[in-house]
Amino acid sequence: MTKIAVTVNGTLHEAEVEPRTLLVYFLREQLGMKGTNVGCDTTSCGACTVLIDGESVKSCTVLAVQADGSEVTTVEGLADGDELHVVQQAFHEQHALQCGYCTPGFVMATVSLLKENPNPTEDEIRHGLEGNLCRCTGYHNIVRAVQAAARAGT
Amino acid sequence: MSILGNRVLRKEDPRFLRGEGRYVENLPLEGALTVTFVRSLFAHARIAGVDKSAAEALPNVQVLTGADIDVGPIPPPPFPGLEQGMARPLVAVDTVRFVGDIVAIVLSDGRAAGADAAELVMVDYDPLPVVVKPADAAKDEVLLFPELGTNVAARSGSAEHDEKLFDGCDVVVSGTNISQRMAPSPLEPRSAAAEVGPDGRVTAWLSTQTPHQDRMVLAGVLGLDPADVRVIAPDVGGGFGAKMLGVEELLIVWLARKVGKPVRWTETRSESMVALSHGRAQHQSYTIGGTRDGKVLAYRLEALQDCGAYPALGAFLPNLTALMSSGVYAIQRIEFEGRSVVTNTTPISAFRGAGRPEATQAIERALDAFAAELELDPVEVRRTNLIPKDAFPHTTVTHAAYDSGDYEGALDLALHAAGLEELRDEQRRRREEGGAKQLGIGISCYVEITNGIDETEFGEVEITEDGGAIVRTGSFSHGQGHETTFAMIAAERLGLPVEQVTVVKGDTDDVARGTGTYGSKSTQIGGMAARLAADEVVERAKQLVADYFEAGVADISLDLALGRFRVVDAPEPSLSWPELAARAAADGRLGELKMAHDFKSSPTFPFGAHVAVVEVDTETGQVELLRLVAVDDAGTLINPLIAEGQVHGGVATGVSQALYEQVVYDEDGTPLTSTFVGYAFPSSADLPLWEVVEMETPTPVNPLGAKGIGESGTIGATPAVHSAVLDALAPQGVRHIDLPANGENVWRAIQEAKS
Repeated sequence: MTKIAVTVNGTLHEAEVEPRTLLVYFLREQLGMKGTNVGCDTTSCGACTVLIDGESVKSCTVLAVQADGSEVTTVEGLADGDELHVVQQAFHEQHALQCGYCTPGFVMATVSLLKENPNPTEDEIRHGLEGNLCRCTGYHNIVRAVQAAARAGT
Repeated sequence: MSILGNRVLRKEDPRFLRGEGRYVENLPLEGALTVTFVRSLFAHARIAGVDKSAAEALPNVQVLTGADIDVGPIPPPPFPGLEQGMARPLVAVDTVRFVGDIVAIVLSDGRAAGADAAELVMVDYDPLPVVVKPADAAKDEVLLFPELGTNVAARSGSAEHDEKLFDGCDVVVSGTNISQRMAPSPLEPRSAAAEVGPDGRVTAWLSTQTPHQDRMVLAGVLGLDPADVRVIAPDVGGGFGAKMLGVEELLIVWLARKVGKPVRWTETRSESMVALSHGRAQHQSYTIGGTRDGKVLAYRLEALQDCGAYPALGAFLPNLTALMSSGVYAIQRIEFEGRSVVTNTTPISAFRGAGRPEATQAIERALDAFAAELELDPVEVRRTNLIPKDAFPHTTVTHAAYDSGDYEGALDLALHAAGLEELRDEQRRRREEGGAKQLGIGISCYVEITNGIDETEFGEVEITEDGGAIVRTGSFSHGQGHETTFAMIAAERLGLPVEQVTVVKGDTDDVARGTGTYGSKSTQIGGMAARLAADEVVERAKQLVADYFEAGVADISLDLALGRFRVVDAPEPSLSWPELAARAAADGRLGELKMAHDFKSSPTFPFGAHVAVVEVDTETGQVELLRLVAVDDAGTLINPLIAEGQVHGGVATGVSQALYEQVVYDEDGTPLTSTFVGYAFPSSADLPLWEVVEMETPTPVNPLGAKGIGESGTIGATPAVHSAVLDALAPQGVRHIDLPANGENVWRAIQEAKS
């Protein structure tokens, strides 16, 4: 077991983890934060996307020990109380989610994308989010939501 | 003004956006054991032995094998003509029949420990000959169930040929088509948990589309009283036809009772890709004949359906293909012959469209081939054969009773939106220039069937003490937005704001009965049941108000705009829902404001037309979809925002069948596409924005006028895109490309045409 200290959504967590523990399972099983979903085991679908020190990563491909000393932001950390984050609100208004399973990953990936590129073209959005998969929406309204969030400013 | 037809934002969104989705895997279940399935790595083999000693040497690990299981095997679903001898053991006893068949169960105290132990379960396999292709299976040389002497699980249509079928035809054209095997791939892999309560009742939490039906199957297979089984489907991350009760869920409930502790299982993706049912996998041969001016006189379709290793719903789906084989066309002579055969592959069940995409793919390819042979415009050949608008209701020679339609209207709308003339001009220009990148334009017309087997759905409306309403529905939502759509339907009848109506679903203790969601039937029967229950609640409420006002019930009216009851023509006295509910609660009469309704209906037939525009690189075979114009008419729309979302997702899947996805096995039956790395699941970078054109032709079948919208996009899109790719390559002499029309298949087709 290895001791790590990770700040998740502003709260410092110190924990003992098996070295092989993936960050997503550290979040879900040790911290009980179930907002980050697991959709594949090959880093293909992006359902598990979180931010480490502001940068989006697929948390099924990061070991918990690699996150030692860093700041992790998950979907649970985005809204300000009752008020949804601009990206969450845009996904709601553009009907960019159906079953909701890929949604936390898409929202986090979008937050990261818009931070790097506040005014992306449709093509930049599509390529910027190609690491996230959705079976329900055909991506149409997700692209619209990212455009709406960009207009609203993050 | 009615709320129906408005783009109401979804009530269920916030919990998903905040990461508060209630998926089964998120359920805290104190002390639950983790189940890990050991699955066959061989497609067909005898099990010579299972050595579990090394696995059980690990702490807190228990391993069970087929010999330990005292229930099953599970016969195929009880559809007429389905070979009942091809039963599936819950855990293989002596033979495995596909890669993914369960050979042992590991119980452990965690996910990682389970994976470690599963690797130590040593299975001794004696390989058997493997049959992967349905055409080979049909030869009955390698048999999956030798005692039956055949691989044929079911037959559909008629094996008899009418020698005169094509009499009078000037031109007869034949061809083949493969509706390739696809993996439904809901983003949430399956997850199940079960616990036996102190009273002996078992609760199962399932990621399923059909909680009430699952409860009945669980009770039946496990020999329990249905009253002692509670199924809860919380939030479910997509289903697409594949999430109905499987052997895994049966085993989870059986295990919870066996070990006396709660147990849970969550599928990994690579497990899901071999263990969750696949869809399509139908091989078709068509012959179409007609007059020189483009009138189709006769059509024959033969379907060879791959069932996978154990016949499931997929074995039966050619019946739906047969029913819908006439498509949108008035064809006087149709023959259909279907055979469903088992192979050493993952079982085939429903996948978005389920039997109807196959019908549309066949007739649309046949129409195109017929038009090409006649050197006629495929649009004009379609027009010549479309069932006219004034012919409804119309029953096809295959006995499909189409309710309402305007097929030419849909075609005109799609062609106009696409700008066909400009597209043809651009195509001509590119062909004259002779560059590598050529334009292709594809058109499809389709009709499909929803609520295909005349089902009944349950709805209940209850007024709560605060004057709001609860709608309980036997339908289920795994992404379709029932919490909003059904709330709108009830709110409109009650005169309540949508926010005051809460939809409850998925818990068999809370919702008396139900069928779940599949076949695009929810709104037309579940929504109708909710509507009629709401109407009955309003009648009960009027009686209450009449009592309170000492007036005749006939004189009480409900002002829907205000949600207020009053005596006709008088502004006062009046009662709002909250006032009425409070008073009724105080009088002990609130229970009167709860009514249930079971609504049964015949099928409805959504229809539409799609136009696809592709750019094909004639040197590399690379295809880019530039545009997809979709007219999908599902009758009256309750919430166009949600309906469009259904079309978007449906179209994406249809396009993906045309261009990308395919489950592939090697000749040994080893799956080559068992992860999202190997399987061509499209990303946002692979697809364009969709051009959705609304059209609403109400059905007379239900008072809402609504048909199903969940699968239409899928059904229309595949043949349009397929046709567009072929259209681009017509000057190269390419007449046939197997789906998916990916770079490799297109390049090969070009090379073949050159040689």
